[in-house]
Amino acid sequence: MNESLLRRAEEALLPPIVALLIALILGDVLILLFGESPLHVYGRMIEGAWGNPYGFAQVLYKTTTLTFAGLGIALALRAGLFNIGAEAQLAAGAFGAAVMGIILPAATPALLAVPLCLLAAAAVGFLTGGLPGVLKTKFGAHEVIVTIMLNFVILALLNWVIVEHLRVADTLHTAEIRAGAVPRLSEFIPAFHGSAANVTFLFAMAAAVWCWWYLFRTPGGYALRAAGLQPEAAEYSGIRVGRVWMKAMALAGVLAALGGTNFVLGYKHYYEDGFTGGSGFLAIAVAIVGRNHPFGVVLAAFFFATLSQGGLAIHALVPKQMVEVLQGVVILAMAASVPEVQRAIRGARKAVAA
Amino acid sequence: MNPFDFITQTLRIAVPYLFAASGGLVAERAGIVSLTLEGFMLSGAFTATLGSYYSGSPVIGVLAGAAGGLLFGLLHGIATVRFRADQVVSGIAVNLLVIGLTQVILMLLFDSSSNSPRVEGFQAGLSGFGDPLVWMGLASVPLVAFLLYKTPFGLRVQAAGEHPEAAASVGVNVRFIRYVSVAISGVLAGLGGVYLALDQHQFTNNMTAGRGFIAIAAVIFGRWDPWRAGAACLLFAAAETLQIQLQGVGGIPSQFIQIIPYVLTIIALAGLVGRAVAPAALGRAEE
Repeated sequence: MNESLLRRAEEALLPPIVALLIALILGDVLILLFGESPLHVYGRMIEGAWGNPYGFAQVLYKTTTLTFAGLGIALALRAGLFNIGAEAQLAAGAFGAAVMGIILPAATPALLAVPLCLLAAAAVGFLTGGLPGVLKTKFGAHEVIVTIMLNFVILALLNWVIVEHLRVADTLHTAEIRAGAVPRLSEFIPAFHGSAANVTFLFAMAAAVWCWWYLFRTPGGYALRAAGLQPEAAEYSGIRVGRVWMKAMALAGVLAALGGTNFVLGYKHYYEDGFTGGSGFLAIAVAIVGRNHPFGVVLAAFFFATLSQGGLAIHALVPKQMVEVLQGVVILAMAASVPEVQRAIRGARKAVAA
Repeated sequence: MNPFDFITQTLRIAVPYLFAASGGLVAERAGIVSLTLEGFMLSGAFTATLGSYYSGSPVIGVLAGAAGGLLFGLLHGIATVRFRADQVVSGIAVNLLVIGLTQVILMLLFDSSSNSPRVEGFQAGLSGFGDPLVWMGLASVPLVAFLLYKTPFGLRVQAAGEHPEAAASVGVNVRFIRYVSVAISGVLAGLGGVYLALDQHQFTNNMTAGRGFIAIAAVIFGRWDPWRAGAACLLFAAAETLQIQLQGVGGIPSQFIQIIPYVLTIIALAGLVGRAVAPAALGRAEE
């Protein structure tokens, strides 16, 4: 095997493995505190997530949202920008798709309606992601704070629109869309019956491949990565870093917003206030554990989706909030071990070389 | 609307913001990003509830709350200073960890995932000013201003946040300064949570409800100056009071008032009303 590839794999995979081990140990302690056997609980968890077709399909449903939002965050991170706004971008995208689906006449053919709904979501995502990009480039406003603040602003405004104008009486959701719904996976795989998994999952996988191709096989992706690694050097070599930043943030918004269609077009067929439930923040963990690589993001999304679906299966034994603790531990251990592992590996190599 | 009621209610709403913003300000001036304030507050609220519940004394509650904030402050410090973890990521992790842990321990101790039993608080009186935490919250602003501007420690904090390399070259222990600063921010933000919990005589799930982020908004809108950040806290609290007191009268939707702090912060960051410039080394690990 090529030595540099091995070295890269080592640097990429060691931190997540360390993080998972730490989370596993802490999880054991928590489970023991509740007087349960860790093996039994973890077994139940895996069983609930992968042991039956319905559970597995639910994992795929959750993977879809997390993949889209995680891709958006990873793409921005590759450009050196931290997009904390995925939570609101998911919601805004879902809202855009729902409005389009409600406006379109019921007779609109799916081949036209679905792309239009996706386009509506993408357009909203372009704006909500692009705004912090513009504020960063033109005014120097830090994107972390702006996206956090925008989360609150956008979610509050959506809440206002729903509560005051668009809701069906006594609910917190809009009317159902008349066109633009996508089929559930259970139409092709009957065993998935009852699960929310839908064709958006395939869109998410396609988006991951596209992101990989864009990042690593196009001049635009090269400029984006260069701007993220060394903005000054990139600027000197003729890359207009400001433009790259604006583009990256807008693209991040589009990707996260498309994640919102998983719920609206594939599952409930309406927009519901608060449906994101923290997925946009969990997607930050997805991007980081996935090491900002599109395929890593897919794997990490699948992992966190498994954790969250498995959490439902263990609720009788230990509180399902234990999963949140484990998520926090994984993120913290990842963040802390990345610089440490890099240093350790380099130190070991130096020692070997000497 | 009675102006006296308006002022007292504004001050009471401002107390957690004042605590958390003062704390966050110290950490940010030392170069540590304070997205953790929400988690520090929540952990303070939780341990204060436990302290008061098991001792029956709100004073023990306050001490326990400060310790809870300190614990997670140090965790954030160890992750970012010792392990040089990305400060934003560590902040998000700490917040997530506290939300999860408080619920799990709530289940473990009280068999409820939503709230604790009733605990002893201070005799606050009708206006709320019998509660010593109100006065402590108001005092935290001049205290931090004094610490930051008038003491050798404060000058080192500023140096650690503006130019850590230069500070290190003249013998300042930047790591130590950052540890102490993030510990102070944990304790102060924790006390903000203590006030919430003891005032309501119980811990409820996720009871800080985004207040830590309003405190960050106040720090930025106040351009990283304790006095101006304190004023921003009062301004945000006044807007909230207005919203509460005007409820039912009609007019402006409550959501529009809710977003005022966030919109003002974005505007301030974009430099449209006086430029908000962060400490130069904010978010950067010390080499």
